[in-house]
This record gives sequence, structure tokens and C-alpha cells, in this order.
Amino acid sequence: MVLQSIWFFLWGLLWAVFFMTDGFDFGIGTLYPILGKTEEDKRMMINAKGPLWDGNQVWLITAGGVTFAAFPLVYSVMFSSLYTALMLILFALIIRGVSFEFRGKIDDPRWRKIWDTTIFLGSFLPALLFGVAFANIFQGLPIDRNGLLQGNLLTLLNPYGLLGGVLFVALFTMHGALWLCIRTEGSLQARAAATARKIWPVELGLAVVFLVASWFATSLYGNYLAYPALFLVILAAVAGLLGIRIFLAKEAYVKAWFSSAATIVGATFFGVVGLFPNLFPSTLRDTYSLTAFNASSSPLTLKIMLIVVLLFLPAVIAYQIWAYTKFSDKVTLTDLLDDHAY
Amino acid sequence: MDVLLLSRLQFAATTMFHFLFVPLTLGLSVLVAWMETRYVRTGDETYLRMTKFWGKLFLINFAVGVVTGITLEFQFGTNWSRYSAYVGDIFGSLLAIEATIAFFLESTFIGVWVFGWKKLSKKAHARVAWLVALGSNFSAVWILVANAWMQNPVGFTMRDGRAELVDFAQVVFQKFAIVKFIHTVSAAYVLAAFVVMGVSAYHLLKKQHIEFFTKSFRTGLGFGLIFSLVVFILGDLNGVVVAEKQPTKLAAMESLWETTTRAPVVLFTWPDPENERNAIEIGTIPGLLSFLVKHDVNAEIPGLKDFPKEDRPPVLIVSYAFKGMVGLGVMFILLTGIGWFRRNKLLDSQLFLKIMVLAIPLPYLAIQLGWLVTELGRQPWIVYGLMRTSEAVSPIATIQVFTTLFGFILLYGLLGASGFYLIVKNAKKGPKEEERGDTTDIAAAEAVA
Repeated sequence: MVLQSIWFFLWGLLWAVFFMTDGFDFGIGTLYPILGKTEEDKRMMINAKGPLWDGNQVWLITAGGVTFAAFPLVYSVMFSSLYTALMLILFALIIRGVSFEFRGKIDDPRWRKIWDTTIFLGSFLPALLFGVAFANIFQGLPIDRNGLLQGNLLTLLNPYGLLGGVLFVALFTMHGALWLCIRTEGSLQARAAATARKIWPVELGLAVVFLVASWFATSLYGNYLAYPALFLVILAAVAGLLGIRIFLAKEAYVKAWFSSAATIVGATFFGVVGLFPNLFPSTLRDTYSLTAFNASSSPLTLKIMLIVVLLFLPAVIAYQIWAYTKFSDKVTLTDLLDDHAY
Repeated sequence: MDVLLLSRLQFAATTMFHFLFVPLTLGLSVLVAWMETRYVRTGDETYLRMTKFWGKLFLINFAVGVVTGITLEFQFGTNWSRYSAYVGDIFGSLLAIEATIAFFLESTFIGVWVFGWKKLSKKAHARVAWLVALGSNFSAVWILVANAWMQNPVGFTMRDGRAELVDFAQVVFQKFAIVKFIHTVSAAYVLAAFVVMGVSAYHLLKKQHIEFFTKSFRTGLGFGLIFSLVVFILGDLNGVVVAEKQPTKLAAMESLWETTTRAPVVLFTWPDPENERNAIEIGTIPGLLSFLVKHDVNAEIPGLKDFPKEDRPPVLIVSYAFKGMVGLGVMFILLTGIGWFRRNKLLDSQLFLKIMVLAIPLPYLAIQLGWLVTELGRQPWIVYGLMRTSEAVSPIATIQVFTTLFGFILLYGLLGASGFYLIVKNAKKGPKEEERGDTTDIAAAEAVA
């Protein structure tokens, strides 16, 4: 029970860190057509996240791998029943990844135009679809006794699911705009800050609507009502959201970015805490739901994996923080001249 | 077409495509790190330019390898959900460990390496290159441990209708995994060596950047020669392990129908599975197969007829893929051997250089054939002797898999074309004459602004 519960929260944590890190990459890609006025703006934008996006993306791979390792039944049922949605995300991530590398390798506006489009699509679509997918997980899906989804892609595109999608897009574009404020200067930075200020009320509005809608569309609040101390999670997310606005006004962009990170982690954990112990709730019957207790690996596997994670994840976090501190300064024009730069 | 066939095609397409790029990543990461270390140790600027030039090809290739790898982490769940539920306790943990220990290392430090030229000291930067190489190669360890378990499941027990782990060490350190790892990674090093030698030969034939490409060629040559031998020796050991654990695969590789003592190697066969015999057999060397896999010319080797038809892999493809792979492996030893004797007179060896340019695709072919031998040779099992491939597939709609298969072929086709086009273009362009110093960089930056 304890091991399974630990793994449940580690599972949530991996997704939260993935959204917190790669989230700003998705945000920058989504803002790319809007803020990237000139060729120099565009290159600044992709080079601002250039050194970090690849390491960020591994949090997704690890979240996927850990789902497989700790909760094989969830991995099997969730990914096969969300087949089309997940494949769309994968296609988007595939084109996004190569776009950065390919774009600058041929000096031809038409060539760059192709990859400009794929950078946007490859960032916007995952942001939206991850939101849709997670909102649907929060809400539960018509999963039958055999773990089959009684529905299709359109089942996912219900109002609450779409609301989750739009919320994620808002969270990530804010996160990306703030990262640009940290790593760029001059007019691009000013426009990124102005965009962040414009997104803020939208993000706030969506967050409030989402919290209210969750009351009606999901049973997430059950755990909160049983243990009111859990409301601190929601409070943290809201505090982060307010922090963004306060630090944005003070032009303290690093603090604003951390506030945004708290909002994203808080939003993810709002759902994770509410779901516990469900990982993939069924709307057809409670007993069809996959939980941390009925879908987990054997105690031995969970133990070995816990040792691996406790040994190596702190190291990963340490060297990623080191990389972040190395690459949190302003991107300069000289950086763009490097032969290996994007 | 049904879901099973479509899913198998999709798995083959996505995995084989991914593995067009991974071997070069594995090998070139080591070579580039080695070049950069040479630069740091000797201060020789040519090694710095080599690091940058080969590094650029490495990065383009790396990008395609990474993005196509994402698919692989998820498609066991999407397309092979019954397999995932059945063996996830063991197989899933190996994939998760790969991500945690290896993939983070590789992907975090690749960014630092690319963008850290001015931010890190020379020594630190070279160390980062080694971390990337280490990450890539560690990745291969865990993926091949996972694959070895599908070939020869060990260290588990059946409980509650699934395979559960009982001995982790047995899974990780089984002979199958170790041999497979060394064989596969050496093959990847051979491939990288042939790419470096081939591209260098192209420029040497054109008599351009002679010092640069002579050094590059020799770097590739030493590496290629050593690992052509290693891959061959380990290939032989691999055969021994296969003979012990996967008799049907061995029989298919050699298209051996009857159980035989003094089992021969037949140089050319045309298997006829309908009638369970070889229609043509030319060049029979008696006792060689027994000797190779059992180290005893008189040893008995079980033939395919010993196994029910539904337990046999597709003989024709497996046997031909195997023969092709071995033939190419021999050729790599010969070519690198010749190269070794011509290493000080490369410019006078026009024909050899031309052959080396043309030889670039051959290790790619050999590796793909090797993959076919391993994976088709395992059929009809997804986990050898434990679970059939037909029992493993997800209960999803045909149209879903049909659509994504079509999507993958289209997308990967475009990616592959763009990726190889960029690699070839940059390879042909050759290195920059010399690295510009900081001052010219800043002047150029101001000119851009």
C-alpha cells in the first residue's frame, strides 16, 4: 500500500515536472508566430530554449517509462484507449524536435518557413492535447471491464476536456513568455512581457472556471473534502498565479517564472491529489477504474525502481539545475553565430 | 489487413527507421568525444575543427534519432497493450531505468555541449562530450537488456496471470544481454567508423582539406578495424547463445530442416518451407555449424522439423538476412584490414578510397539485417516461448493503426529524406577553414545587427 502510494505521487511528480520544464518550450513555440517578427527574433526565441528543451523532454519519456514500470496496466489501458490522441501528440513532438535542428541548416526562406510552421504546430498541439487528455483523466472515461474505451477521439473533446486543453495552452504560453523575458533583451523582451501581462487575466479566468467546472464534472474534490488540509495544493497554485502578476509588474522575471512553475505544478497536483488512488477512473463503474492498488507492478519491481529513482533522480535534478543556471543569461547575437546554434 | 499485421508493420517501420540513426549516434558520440579530448590534450587545432565538423553531422543525425525514439517509449502501450500488461513488471522497469539513468544524461548534456562552447573551459566541454557518449551508450545497455529478455526470459515467475520479477540481477546480467550489447554497440561503432572513413575518402579523392581528412580517416580506421573484429567475434558468441536458448532461430538462420549431427554450414541455400527442405544447397561445409555453436564438430543441432510448424520463424528472410549480415561483416574486416596497410599512402589509393565512399551504406544494411535476424528469428513469439506475438496486440480498431502507419510512413519518409539530405550536404561541404576567433565573431555580430 505504502509503496504503491509513493509511486502514485512520484508518477504525478514526473508529469508535473515535465509540464513545468517542457511547458515553457511549448509556450515559446506557441508564441513563435506572434512574437517572432523578424528572423533575428525567431532565432532568439529558439536559441533561448535551445540548450534545455531536449533535457526537458526526457521528463515525458520518464513519465511514460515509469507508468509502464510501476503501473503496467495503466500504461497498457491508457495508451491503447487514448491511441489516436497520443499518436497525434507523438507526431507533433517528432516534428517539433527536428524543426529546431533542421531550420537553420539551409539558408533559404522557404525552407525556414516549413520549419517555422512545424515549430508552432509541434508546440501548440501537445500543449492543447496534454490538457485535453489530463482533464479527461481527471473526469474519468467510459472504460469497460476489459479496459476498452467505449468511445473515440470525439469522446475526449467534451467541454471539460477542451477547457483543460485551453487552460494548459494558457499556462504554457505564460510560462514561455516569462522564459523569453529572462533570456532576451530589447524589443523582443518588451513584447514578451506585454504578452505575459495580456495572458494573465485569461489564465486567471480559465483557472477559476476550471476549478469550478471540476466541482461539477469530476469527483476530484472528494479527497479535499475528506482532508481539508489538501486545499493547500490549490492555494499554492493560486498563490503562484498571483505571484506571476506581482513579479511581472516589478519586472522580476525570474521570480515570475518560478511563480508560473508553481502554478503549473500546483495545477497538475490539484488533479493528482484529487484522483488518488485512481490513475484512470472509469465512468461506467467504479470497479473498472484502474488504481494505484489494482494496476501496479509487483512489490519487488516497485522497490527496485524506487531505489533507482532515489539514487539517480537527485543527480538528474542537480545537473539539470546546473544546466539551467548556465543557460539563464541573455542570448546574444554572438551566440547565434556559433556553427552549432539553431 | 488486420490489426496484428498492421501493428507489426508499424513496429518494424518505426523501430528500423529509428535504428537508421541510433548507430551513428552511438559511434560518432564516442569518436567526437575522443577528437575533442585529443584537442584538449595536444592543443592541435585540427582536432578542434574535426570535433566541430563531425559534431555537426552528429547533431543532425542525433535530432532524428531522438525524436523517433519518443515513439518507441509509448508504442508498447498503444499497440501492444496485452504484452505491456503481461510483462510490464519486468520490461517496463527496464525502459524506465533507461530513461532515468541514461537518456537524461545524454539529452541534458547534448544541450550543454552544443551551446556551451564559450561558457565552459576546454576541459569541461570535452568532459561534457564524454557524458553525452556515456549517456547514449548506457541507453543501449538497458534497451538491449530489455530486448534480451524478450529473446530469453529469465528471472521471473508467473503470478496472477502475468510475468513478475523475482531476480533482477539475472535479468540484467544474463549472457544473452551482455553478448547482445557488445555485438550491437560494436556494430554501431563500425557504422560510425565507415561513415567517417567514407566522408573523408570523398574529400581525399577531391584532394581537399587533406590534413583534416587524413586525420579523420585514420581515426575512423583504427576504430573501425578494432570493432569490425569485435563485432565478428561477438557475433559468433551470439550464435552460441542463440543455439543454446533459441533453437528455432538458429535452425532458421541456417535453414536447417533435419536434426543433424556434424551439422554443416551451407554457403547457399534456397529454403522451401512448403516441403520442409532446401530446394537448393550449394557449398556444404560439414560439421562447421556444430563446431561454431557447440565447439564440437559432432554435436547434434535440432532442425526445424523438430518443432511444430506454428512455432517456426519465417525461414527465407531470416536465413538470407543472416547470410547477408555475416558476408558484410567479413567485408568490413577486409576493408579495414586493407585500409590499415594503406594508412600512410591514402592519397595514392584512389580505388580503395572510392570503394570506401561507396561502402558507407553497407554497415547500415548489415545492422538492419541483423535486426531482422534477431526479431523475425524470435517469431512467432513476442517473448520467446512465453507469449505469442498474436496474443500481444492491442484490442484497437484496424482503421486506427492503418491511419497511424500511413502517417508514420509519410512523416518518417520526409524526416529521413530531410535528415540524410542535410547530413550529406554538410558532409560534402567540408569543414570551415579555421574557427573564427572571438573578436571577428563580435564584429560579424555587429554587422548582422
